[in-house]
Amino acid sequence: MRQINPDVVAAYPITPATEIVMIFAQFVADGLVDTQYVAVESEHSAMSACVGASAAGGRVMTGTSSQGLALMYEILPIASALRLPIVMCDVNRALSGPINIHCDHSDTMAARDFGWIQIFSENSQEAYDSLIQAIRIAEDPRVHLPTMVTTDGFIISHCLDKIEILEDGEVPNFIGKERKAAASVLDINKPVSIGSLDLQDYYFEHRLPVAEAMRGAKKVILEVADEFAKKFGRKYGLFEEYKTADAEYIAVALGSTCGTAKAVVDELRNKGIKAGLLKIRVFRPFPAEEIAGVLSKAKAVAVLDRSDSWSSQGGQVFTEIRSAMFELKARPKIINYIYGLGGREVTLDHIRSVYDALQKADQQPMLQYLGVRE
Amino acid sequence: MKTGSEQKPGWKNLPEGDVLEAGTAEKFETGDWRSEKPTWHPERCIHCLFCWVYCPDSSILVKDGKMTGIDYKHCKGCGICARECPVKPEKAITMGPERE
Repeated sequence: MRQINPDVVAAYPITPATEIVMIFAQFVADGLVDTQYVAVESEHSAMSACVGASAAGGRVMTGTSSQGLALMYEILPIASALRLPIVMCDVNRALSGPINIHCDHSDTMAARDFGWIQIFSENSQEAYDSLIQAIRIAEDPRVHLPTMVTTDGFIISHCLDKIEILEDGEVPNFIGKERKAAASVLDINKPVSIGSLDLQDYYFEHRLPVAEAMRGAKKVILEVADEFAKKFGRKYGLFEEYKTADAEYIAVALGSTCGTAKAVVDELRNKGIKAGLLKIRVFRPFPAEEIAGVLSKAKAVAVLDRSDSWSSQGGQVFTEIRSAMFELKARPKIINYIYGLGGREVTLDHIRSVYDALQKADQQPMLQYLGVRE
Repeated sequence: MKTGSEQKPGWKNLPEGDVLEAGTAEKFETGDWRSEKPTWHPERCIHCLFCWVYCPDSSILVKDGKMTGIDYKHCKGCGICARECPVKPEKAITMGPERE
């Protein structure tokens, strides 16, 4: 965020996202950035201030987590409907209750239908690289959608991790020194109304462009990732395929669990078992066709959800993937695990049990809970 | 099925992000929401313009620094003008039922 040097940051601290805005506030106090820091009285106000600052043409960022994100829910779809490229550092933390401060994806998954681009990170390096790319993606005229880059609470947010950072000057060169003036910039000579009451006759026409922008965002996300890779060497896509090319048994996950899963894949490969991992990086827009293409070659697929949708049909990632695979001519067996709620540890043994089950997939129920006491 | 909205512009022809020209509230007449109505008594009015300052709907009509009446097309009948009117013993704006 210091290297991005946004015009405005409006935020309210909440564990485990506190350090992000706290350390950034110190950068502001020390004069290391030119940012106007708005210390607000709640996350509802934080996102409202972000909407105002972004509508005025600023490059705007914020950070939050869990209940804080939930308090922003009312404003999140306003940001997307007004096509404001706000970028958020979202730290995944279980929603209350019971109250909990540790990682799961329930807060972020509950925000999936608000028209925000959602990018997940396996580790600090990915979070850093994706946050820089997020500015470019959100501000691209073909997109103009708010974007959240997520990290897993405590597992990533509070672990010291060695990462490669860019030179200070390289970041503004990549993202552009300033956000290019939007159509909705406040201009005293050309006054406009933004966000007016919009009833039966126009609301639909103002929501549909969000869907259209989201469809177009996939291409832009890949273009920005390609340019990032050419300049800085680290490659990103909509998802990462880890040893999936010839894999018979594929697990799908997002966030920090993917590091654990990769270790298990390596172990199984050494034993001659064709295991693979598909790590989703971009959850909104959802790369349905691309993921279905990869999974179509597998014998069995396990989707790992770190949240429950309470539909009794599995977690949010599972239902997306199951839907994406409906058009396939030959569908592999697909099962769902809900795991790690409220920061419950996920170990190598847990992931091993998933791949064991995949090798007997026909005998598995559709939905299972991993690591919970009966 | 015709609903009457077919003649309006489609989403491809609208500016991005619900942006309209300024001052559209003037065209949206909110006066018919009113259940209580303010009445101005010019003979008691001292033209302090407290009502003009406090009115949330810009419905106090003023010309050359003097109050001239109430814009009933936009006044929602909230009663703030009557509440803030400082004239004694009887106020220069009083509230009464909309239908009398």
